Amino acid sequence: MSDAIFMVLMAMLGGAIRVSTPFLLVALGETLTEKSGRINLGLEGNLVLGAMIAYATSYSTGSPWLGVLAAGLAGMVLSAGHGWICKLPKVNDIAVGIAFMNLGTGLAFFFGKPFIQPTAPRLDAIALGAWSSNPQVQQALKVNPLFFVGLGLAVLLWWMLKNTRWGLIIRMTGDSAASARAMGVSVDRVRLLATSAGGFFAGIGGAFLSLYYPGSWSESLSSGQGLMAVALVIFARWNPIRCVWAALLFGASGALGPALQSIGFSKGYYFFNAAPYILTLVIMVLSARSQKAAHEAPGELSIVK
Amino acid sequence: MSLSSATSDLPARRKLRLDPRSAALIEASVIPLAALLASALIFSLFLTLLGKDPIRFFALVWTGGVASSFSFQNTLQRAAPLILTGLAFAVPARIGMTLLGAEGALVLGGLASALVAIPMVLAGWPVWLGLPIMALAAMAVGGVWMGIAGWLRHYRGVNETISSLLLTYIAVAIMNFLVEGVFRDPGSTNKASTMPLGPDWRIGDMPGTSVHWGLAAGVIIAVLLWVLMERTTFGFAARIAGGNLRAAQAQGLAVGKLAVASCAIAGACAGLAGFFEVTAVHGQANASLAAQYGFTGILVAFLARQNPLAVVPVALLFGALGASGGLIQRRMDMPDATMLVLQGIIFVTLLVSETLYGRLPFLSTEQAGDRT
Repeated sequence: MSDAIFMVLMAMLGGAIRVSTPFLLVALGETLTEKSGRINLGLEGNLVLGAMIAYATSYSTGSPWLGVLAAGLAGMVLSAGHGWICKLPKVNDIAVGIAFMNLGTGLAFFFGKPFIQPTAPRLDAIALGAWSSNPQVQQALKVNPLFFVGLGLAVLLWWMLKNTRWGLIIRMTGDSAASARAMGVSVDRVRLLATSAGGFFAGIGGAFLSLYYPGSWSESLSSGQGLMAVALVIFARWNPIRCVWAALLFGASGALGPALQSIGFSKGYYFFNAAPYILTLVIMVLSARSQKAAHEAPGELSIVK
Repeated sequence: MSLSSATSDLPARRKLRLDPRSAALIEASVIPLAALLASALIFSLFLTLLGKDPIRFFALVWTGGVASSFSFQNTLQRAAPLILTGLAFAVPARIGMTLLGAEGALVLGGLASALVAIPMVLAGWPVWLGLPIMALAAMAVGGVWMGIAGWLRHYRGVNETISSLLLTYIAVAIMNFLVEGVFRDPGSTNKASTMPLGPDWRIGDMPGTSVHWGLAAGVIIAVLLWVLMERTTFGFAARIAGGNLRAAQAQGLAVGKLAVASCAIAGACAGLAGFFEVTAVHGQANASLAAQYGFTGILVAFLARQNPLAVVPVALLFGALGASGGLIQRRMDMPDATMLVLQGIIFVTLLVSETLYGRLPFLSTEQAGDRT
């Protein structure tokens, strides 16, 4: 029995690290975007398009890292479109996000058809568990470099927002567009740049999906991770470091079903599939009316108004 | 003084001077049509860049969606759920809510109607009694499901856009859980499904057509909801709350109840679409219920400017695009995602066109402007 529990826990730890990486990257992108006062619901589209572009690039060039870069650029272009449209008067940023979710997914499926069959070179993992003789520990501690990219990015973003001139400008634009304008800051340009950079991160998150875990391109690759990451940002109260913990929590809940299946408990497999969504919803209910969240939310954000 | 009034009159004289209502109506027709035309051009450019012939594409849409009575009935068949899911987005939108959960309510509504049917079929109940019970079950389950999003929004401050999408994923998981598990029909080997309803329990086609009754139901409900939103106190209160929440609260309107009721109506519409998918199309509940009708309905409602009556023709348009999809795949050797790209382009163009309201150069803006 204790063996089974150990296996489930190890599988969940490994799963949490694996599953959390795309959550983390998308959530960091969304944090940056929302800090500037705009919400981009369309990052699910970036994730799927990024996954397809990364896989296609890795397949045609043989270099998975080139795929990661291409995925980021594709995500950036998509989000730049979002940022550009949102600066037009009378345009609702939530609706534009939904439209870009559709467009990104549609483009990915359209151009991705020829890449469903072939096998592309994947990203290698770093074996951090080599010290242990236990195969489960080794398996759990095989960590993809993109996870560390995410961690580094979280720290960098946190430091940048807190301590730098750029961070101050982004936060000011997000809290009060009027004061930013009074300081001579171009609100639209700051938001366009923040949204584009956020889209770049989300695209990289997609590259992780197709190049590492699950590790191939298919149309059912993403199941709303991009969307859940947006909810996760609210839970993490727009703090990049808290995004890391929130993403790990989400990853663990996503890994619950497969982990239980690995010890032969497959009864409620489809039900455990719903765990991350239910967890997200519960977390949203708990964090929506909290005083802290209200205090830390960027003032210009349409979603918290 | 006289000089300035003369110059300010000059441009106004060249513009159409209309009462605000007609000006708004013209805007609401001209701008979406222009957006459709623009997206057709952008999509043509996209096709040309890929070396495909755009004229052939639109000709095939005509052939596959409109030209023959077979293809037109296919269009009508696909338009039926789109009318209902379009309404499911349009009604809460009037109260200012962006509710994306129609897909989930459709799936659960279809599942509920298939499940309540099982004991009735086995007990040999009369069909005329059973079908209404199935429809009511579908509407109730869909209504409650979307009502949750409305309730969370109003009483817990949870963003309804994200919560309704999460509820959709949960709905699909519940359906898979039940269909793959307890309620799986042992006979369904390829695709896990609930017990087939049998030919007697299928809702038939409308007389003289091969289009099921869901279309008639959709049109009737569209008219009813138009009356509800435009001609009743409920609709008036909902529109006030959608325009200015604080003002509605200050007037003593029960905003929370309005929000939950709007979402429940939306869920009931989508649930009913699920009922028709089960009784008229699939004959059982399975994963085919999640056929993106709920998501296309969002676009339908946006293009219809959230007007329940306009939802009907727009649903026909997207029904025709869906109906011609297979033909285009075969004849032009293009992936099935072609229609997703076209829909995405239409959606983005449509939202860009929102910026034109109150700014059309040939309409007098002073009068139309305050009605955006």
